[in-house]
Amino acid sequence: MDLRTRYLGLDLAHPVVASAGPLSRSLDGIRRLEDAGAAAIVLFSLFEEQIQQENEAFDHLSGFGSESFAESLSYFPAVGQDPVGPDRYLELIRRAREAVSVPVIGSLNGMTDHGWTSFARLIGEAGANAIELNVFSLPTDPATSARDVEQRTVDLVTAVRRAVEIPVSVKLSPFFSAPGELANRLVAAGADGLVLFNRFYQPDFDLDRLEVEPSLDLSRPGEIRLPLLWIALLHGRVHTSLAGTTGVESAAEVVKYVLAGADVAMTTSALLRHGVDHLQTLVAGLSEWLERHACESVAQIRGSMSLRKVANPEAFERANYVRILQSYRSPYQG
Amino acid sequence: MDEPRVAMLEGNEACAHVAYRLAEVCAIYPITPSSPMAELADQWASEGRPNLFGNVPDVIEMQSEAGAAGVVHGSLQAGALTTSFTASQGLLLMIPNLYRIAGELTPAVIHVAARALATHALSIFGDHQDVMAVRSTGWALLASGSVQEAHDFAAVAHAATLEARIPFLHFFDGFRTSHEISRVTLLSDDDLRALVDDALVIAHRGRALDPDHPVIRGTAQNPDVYFQAREAVSPFYARVPAVVETAFERLAERTGRRYGLFDLFGAPEAERVIVLMGSGAETARETADWLTARGERVGVLQVRLFRPFSAERLLAALPPSVRAIAVLDRTKEPGALGEPLYTDVVTAFATSRERRARAGLVEPRIIGGRYGLASKEFTPAMVKAVFDELERPEPRSGFTVGIVDDVSGTSLEHDPGFSTEPEGVRRAVFFGLGSDGTVGANKNTIKILGEDPAIFAQGYFVYDSKKSGSQTVSHLRFGRERIRSAYLVRDAHFVGCHQFGLLERTDVLACAAPGATVLLNSPHGPETVWDELPRAVQEQLLGKRLRLFVIDAARVAREAGLAGRINTILQTCFFALSGVLPRDEAIDEIKAAIGKSYDRKGSDVVRRNFEAVDHALANLHPVELPARATSTRAPRETVPKTAPEFVRSVTAALLEGRGDALPVSAMPVDGTFPSGTARYEKRSIAAFVPLWEPDLCIQCGNCGFVCPHGVIRAKLFHADHRTSAPEGFLCAPIDIRGFPETRFALHVHADDCTGCGLCVEVCPAKSKAETRKRAINMVPKETVLEHARRSETFFETLPVTPRPRVDFSTVRGTQFLEPLFEFSGACAGCGETPYVKLVSQLFGDRLLVANATGCSSIYGGNLPTTPWTVNAEGRGPAWSNSLFEDNAEFGLGLRAAADHHHAHACAGVRRMKATLGDDLTEALLSAPQRTEAEIRAQRDRVERLRERLRGIETREARHLLAVVQHLVRRSVWIIGGDGWAYDIGAGGVDHVLASDRDVNLLVLDTEVYSNTGGQASKATPLGAVAKFASGGKRVERKDLALQAISYGHVYVARVAMGANPQQTLLALREAEAFPGPAIVLAYSHCIAHGINMQLGLDQQRRAVHSGYWPLIRYNPGLRERGENPLVLDSADPTIKLREFTDNELRFRILARTDPATAERLLAQAEKSNAQRVWLYENLAALRERE
Repeated sequence: MDLRTRYLGLDLAHPVVASAGPLSRSLDGIRRLEDAGAAAIVLFSLFEEQIQQENEAFDHLSGFGSESFAESLSYFPAVGQDPVGPDRYLELIRRAREAVSVPVIGSLNGMTDHGWTSFARLIGEAGANAIELNVFSLPTDPATSARDVEQRTVDLVTAVRRAVEIPVSVKLSPFFSAPGELANRLVAAGADGLVLFNRFYQPDFDLDRLEVEPSLDLSRPGEIRLPLLWIALLHGRVHTSLAGTTGVESAAEVVKYVLAGADVAMTTSALLRHGVDHLQTLVAGLSEWLERHACESVAQIRGSMSLRKVANPEAFERANYVRILQSYRSPYQG
Repeated sequence: MDEPRVAMLEGNEACAHVAYRLAEVCAIYPITPSSPMAELADQWASEGRPNLFGNVPDVIEMQSEAGAAGVVHGSLQAGALTTSFTASQGLLLMIPNLYRIAGELTPAVIHVAARALATHALSIFGDHQDVMAVRSTGWALLASGSVQEAHDFAAVAHAATLEARIPFLHFFDGFRTSHEISRVTLLSDDDLRALVDDALVIAHRGRALDPDHPVIRGTAQNPDVYFQAREAVSPFYARVPAVVETAFERLAERTGRRYGLFDLFGAPEAERVIVLMGSGAETARETADWLTARGERVGVLQVRLFRPFSAERLLAALPPSVRAIAVLDRTKEPGALGEPLYTDVVTAFATSRERRARAGLVEPRIIGGRYGLASKEFTPAMVKAVFDELERPEPRSGFTVGIVDDVSGTSLEHDPGFSTEPEGVRRAVFFGLGSDGTVGANKNTIKILGEDPAIFAQGYFVYDSKKSGSQTVSHLRFGRERIRSAYLVRDAHFVGCHQFGLLERTDVLACAAPGATVLLNSPHGPETVWDELPRAVQEQLLGKRLRLFVIDAARVAREAGLAGRINTILQTCFFALSGVLPRDEAIDEIKAAIGKSYDRKGSDVVRRNFEAVDHALANLHPVELPARATSTRAPRETVPKTAPEFVRSVTAALLEGRGDALPVSAMPVDGTFPSGTARYEKRSIAAFVPLWEPDLCIQCGNCGFVCPHGVIRAKLFHADHRTSAPEGFLCAPIDIRGFPETRFALHVHADDCTGCGLCVEVCPAKSKAETRKRAINMVPKETVLEHARRSETFFETLPVTPRPRVDFSTVRGTQFLEPLFEFSGACAGCGETPYVKLVSQLFGDRLLVANATGCSSIYGGNLPTTPWTVNAEGRGPAWSNSLFEDNAEFGLGLRAAADHHHAHACAGVRRMKATLGDDLTEALLSAPQRTEAEIRAQRDRVERLRERLRGIETREARHLLAVVQHLVRRSVWIIGGDGWAYDIGAGGVDHVLASDRDVNLLVLDTEVYSNTGGQASKATPLGAVAKFASGGKRVERKDLALQAISYGHVYVARVAMGANPQQTLLALREAEAFPGPAIVLAYSHCIAHGINMQLGLDQQRRAVHSGYWPLIRYNPGLRERGENPLVLDSADPTIKLREFTDNELRFRILARTDPATAERLLAQAEKSNAQRVWLYENLAALRERE
C-alpha cells in the first residue's frame, strides 16, 4: 500500500504526523515518536510571550526584596538570573535533527514582530525542516476589527516568509468570518501550508470558588467536524498544503482528513490518551481502510470528498440545522 | 606584563576573589556581614571556576561556625589549603578549634568581616570586638583598612601563613569595608603565584596525616611536659613579623602597592600621633593629611599586623618627634585597664623605656580611647577631636569619641562642622526605598563610572532595620584620586530624593552642601511642588541656596511601559544634573549599560528603557524658588503626646534619625526595653490597604488570622456605642442569632499595613453580583487613610472581648483575641509572623519567649521599635533573644526557673497555710488552669494572696511575694527558624525534646536561612537552589517531625496555616496544653522561595495538597486512651509535586541552569515525596500495641 504523502514540500512515509505538544519536549520524547512511527514531528511551540514573561518573572522574583535590608541584600545566588532566549529550544531542534530521520518541524508562537521573525530565523538556522506558525491570539479588545486581526496575520506571514528559507505553515484559528479568503491571502503572502485548526485554551468556571480556571482538554473525535469541513472546502481551491489537526482519535479520522483533502493528519491528544505506540494503530488502520476499500494509495483518495469532488456539495454549504431537519424525514416515506 | 585589571568591588568580594583562588577546601556558614564571601565561593565552585592549582575548591556548608572550624581543622590536618569566612558570634564559636589549629602550627587563613558581639544587644554592624576576643588563640591578626587592602592582604595572609606556619586571621571592618564598593586593582593569578611559594604548599601537604607516614597529633599531656611544649612554638611567632614584611615586599614588587606592619601617615615629624587599625585609619589618614597641609604636626600610625605584636616595628615606625599618642580601639573591654591595642602600645613603650632613654628619646604621653562600636560613624571631626585632646596639658585616657557619654564623662567633644572632604571629589546622597531600586541603580552608576580608568568611585549604602518598606540611603563619591573617606557623605553636591513621602519623615537636605543640586521625584510639577514641601525643606532650600529639580518618575516610567521602574529614570537625571560626566557622554553610557543588561530580553525592552531615558530628560524640570518659606503646615508628630515618656524621649529620637545624638544616660543600662513600641511608629508604607465590606463579610476571621502584621482587628460591641462613632464607621450586626444588639467591627490599621494582600486572598466571601469583589479588598490608601485614622481612634475605645468569653477553638473565635505581637518590620506577606501573632493571641498574657537569632529576632526585637506588646492590664509576652545556637537551652532555662519558682511558691503557700487560710491555700494549689476562666480565677486568687502577703512582715512572706506570680501557669515558647532548629541549634533542640519539661518549640520553617539572605539549611528541599546550594540541594530535607516522634513522649505537629488554619490553631493549643515538651513545625512561605508573596498561602496549600508537607499531630496523650498518637490531618495528595515546585523560583532556577539535573532531582523528590506520604499514612493507620 502506498501511504506516501507530501506536506510542505517534504516527502513523508504516510500522513500521520505528531502535532505540537508535550510529547516532543525532550529528545527522548522525539525519539519515541519516531520509533512509534510518526511521519514527521512538529515540536512543541516556542512561545515568545512565555520566554519574555519567564524572564521578567525571574528578574522580578530574583531581585524582589533585594537591596532593602542589610543582612539580606539578596535572596538568591547570582546564578540562572541572566535572561534566557530560545537557546534550549534551538538546541533541541539541532539534537532532534541529528537523532531522527523524519522531518522535524519547529512551532512558533510569537508576540512581537521582532519575535516572530527573529525566532523563526533561528529555528530555521537550527535546522528545522519547516516551521509552523502557531497563530494564537485572542482579540479581547472589542475595538479590534476582524480586518485588523486578519491583516496582522497576513503581515506576520509575509515577514516570516522573508526571514526564512524553510517551508512555512500557518496554524489557524477557526474564528474567522471568511477563512477561505484569508487562506488565499496567507498563501499569497508565502505560506506553504495551512494547519486547521488551532485549539484555544477555553477557560472554565469553578462554581465553588467562583473563579475562572484556565483549562485545555484533550481533543475528542467529535471535534473533527469543523476542520474537516474547512479542509474539504479549501482543498483544490487554495493551492497549498493542508493539515488536519483536531479530533484524530482513530484511523477513521485520519481517513476522513485525507478524504477531505488533507496532506497530513496530526494528533497529540490520542497519543497522550493511548501512548505514542498508538501512531502505529493509526497508520495500520489507514492502510487497512485503503485495502478494504481497494484503494492503491493515499494520493488516490486525497480530497475525494472535498467540496469540489463530493456528490452533494450542498451538504457542506447548508447550515447544519437545516440539514438535520431535512434528513429527519425520509424522502421515501413521505 | 599586562596592564592590571581593575574592578568595582565590595570588600567581601575583593577578599573572596583571592581567598577562593588560594583555597582547596572552604568550610562555610552564613553570618552577617561575612556571608557574601562564602556565597561567592559556593557560587564560583558551582560554576566550576578553578582555584590557582587548577581544581575547583570543595565548598562545604556546615551546621554552625563551630562545625566549619572543625572541618577547617580536619582539612588542614589532611593537608588541604583550607579557609573559612565568618564574623562576630561565628568567630566566637570557632575559638576552641582556633587554639587547636594554632597550637599545631597549621597554616590556615580565616577571613573575618569584623563585627560587634551580642552583649546587652545584638548588632550586625562593624567593630573589632570579635577579633579581639580571639587575640589569645595564637592566630596572627592582620587588619585591612580598605577594599583594596582586603584584596591585597587576603593574598598576604595566605602567603605568610604557609611560610610562618602560624594561622592567620585576616579581618576588615564589617559593612564599612565589607560592603563598601570601591575600585580595586586586581591581583592576577601570576601575582598570586609570585606571592605564594609552591614549595610551601607542598610542605604543608607533606605535614598531613598520612597512613603511609603515620604520626599522632593531638595527644593529651601531663604536668611534666605540657608547659614546655607550649613554649616550643615561640620561635615561630617571633618570625611572623618578618615573614609578613617579606610578603608585603613581594606584593610591592609585583604591584607597586607598598604596606608595612605599621605605617605612618601625615607629618613625617609628627608630634601627636593616633594609632589605630581598620577602616578608621583611612579617615584618620585623610584628616592627618589635611591638618598637616595646614601646618600641624600630626600623624596616624596604621597597624596592619596586630598579632603577633611587634613592639620593635611599632617603635621604629614612630618618629622621634612624637610627644603624645592616642591609641584608638574599636572595641570595649569592660573592667580592663585599657583596650587591647592601647595596652599593647603602652607595653611596647614600657618595655623599651631604658633603651629609648639611652637613645635620647622622649617618652610620649600615651592615652587610649574607644570609637566606632557597631559601625558608629568615625569622622574627620572625631579624629581632630582626638588630636586636640592630645594637645591638652592633661589628656584623658579611657576616652570615647563619637558619642556623648554624660554618665562617665569619657566622651570627647567634636565639631560636627569640621570637614576634610577632598577638593575634586563629587559627592552624592540618594534617599529611596528598598523596593524602588535606588541602591541597585547607584551600584550600576558606580560600575558605569568605574569603567573609566581615570575615575575612582566609592559607594556605601545604609539600610534601616525593617524588612518591609525599608528606607535606603546611598552615599556616593567620585574623584580622580583614591578615595579614603571611610565615613558617610556629609556635604553632598547632589541629593536625590526618590520618594516624595520621605521629605516628611527624613531630613534629606541635612547632608546637602550649600549650592547643591537637589533632584526630587515628585508627583507635583515645577509650578506646584513648592506648596507641597514641608516648611523645613523650604527653609533649607532657600538657606543653602540649593538648586531644585523635579521629575514625576512614576509617570515617565508608566508612559514608557516600565511601570514602577523609576530607578533608570532617576539615574538618568543624576547623570544629567550632577556633572560627573559630560551630559551626552553620560547618557550614552547609560544606554550602553541598558543595552548590555537587557539585550537578551529583546529589543522591545531595550527600546522601552531607551525611551525612559529620553523621556526622563524631557520631563526633568528646574523649580524656581520663591524668596521665603511659605508653608504653614505643621509637621506630623513622630509619636503622639500620649506615648510613654521613654517613647517620647528615646524612641522618637531614633525614629527621627537622631539616635546618634542620644547620650549614654538615655540608654537602659542592661539592654532592657519597654514592650509595645511598634504601635507608635506609624510607617504608612503601603500604597494599597484593605477595605472591609461589612455587607459581604461572613465574619469568619480568616483575614485577621493570616494578617502578618496584626493590622486587622475585630471587636464586638453593643449597638449603643455607635452613637459616639465617627461618621461612616464600618460595622455590621453580628452574624449569630440571638444577639440583636451586638455589632461586629473589623478595623484595618492602615498606617501599619504593609499592603501584602494576604487578607484578600484568604477571604472566602465574594459579591454575588461581581465575583472579583470580596468582603475585603485592596484600595489605594489615600482614598481611605483619613477615615481609617478617625475610625482607629474610636475603635481603640471599644472594649476588647473578655478572654473567657472567646471561643479559642475556632479561627472565627480567635479574631477577638488581642494580638500581643503587632506591626512588626517583617516582610510584607511574611509567612512566619501569623504563627507568632497567633501564639501571642492565645497565650500572650502569660507567655515567656526564647527567640533564636534570625528573622524572628530581628522583626521581633530590632530597634527602633519592637512589636511584642501588652494588653490593657499591662500583661504580655516577656521576650528575649540569647543567641542563635543556644535558643532551646535558653528556653529550657526559662522553664526551669519558672518551674522552680512555681514549686517555691507552692511550698511557701503550703507552709503559710495557717496564715492564709485553708480555702485560699487549697484553691491556689489545686486550681485547674485549662481554660481562660480558670486562669482568670487563679489570677484573682493570686491577687488576693498578694494582698495578704503584703501585710505580713516575715522573711518567708517576702520571698513568697516575689514568686507568687508563678502560681499562674506560664507558657514557655521557644521560637526560631529552621537554621536554628535543624542546624546550629539542633543539638540543643534534641536535648530539650529529650527532657520532660513543659516547653513548646515553634519552628518557623522557611526551609532556608531567611534573615541572612537565603542560605540552604538542612530543611532546604531537594532540588531547590539557595545560596550555599547554588547547584541545587542534592539531598532531601531532614524530617524533624519524625525525629521528634521517635522519642515517643514529645508532642509533635506539622502545620501550614494556608492549607488548614483550623489545624494550626488546634495544634498550637494542644502543644501548649501538653504537659511535656512539644514541637510545632510551621511551614512558612518566604521571600527567599521566589514567589509572589501575595499568593504565599496558596503555595502553602499546594505544599500540603502535593503531599510535600503532610499535616500531622502526634499527641502522646492519646496513647493513654489506647489511640494511635499520630493523626494525619491532610488528605491524600491531590496535585502533583510539580504543581507546587513549578510556582517557586528556588526550584525553577535549576531547570534553567542545569535542566538535566533539575529533572533528575525532581523525579527523586517525587519518589521521596510519595514515600513520605506512604510512611505517614501507615504510621497514622497503625494501632497501638496493648
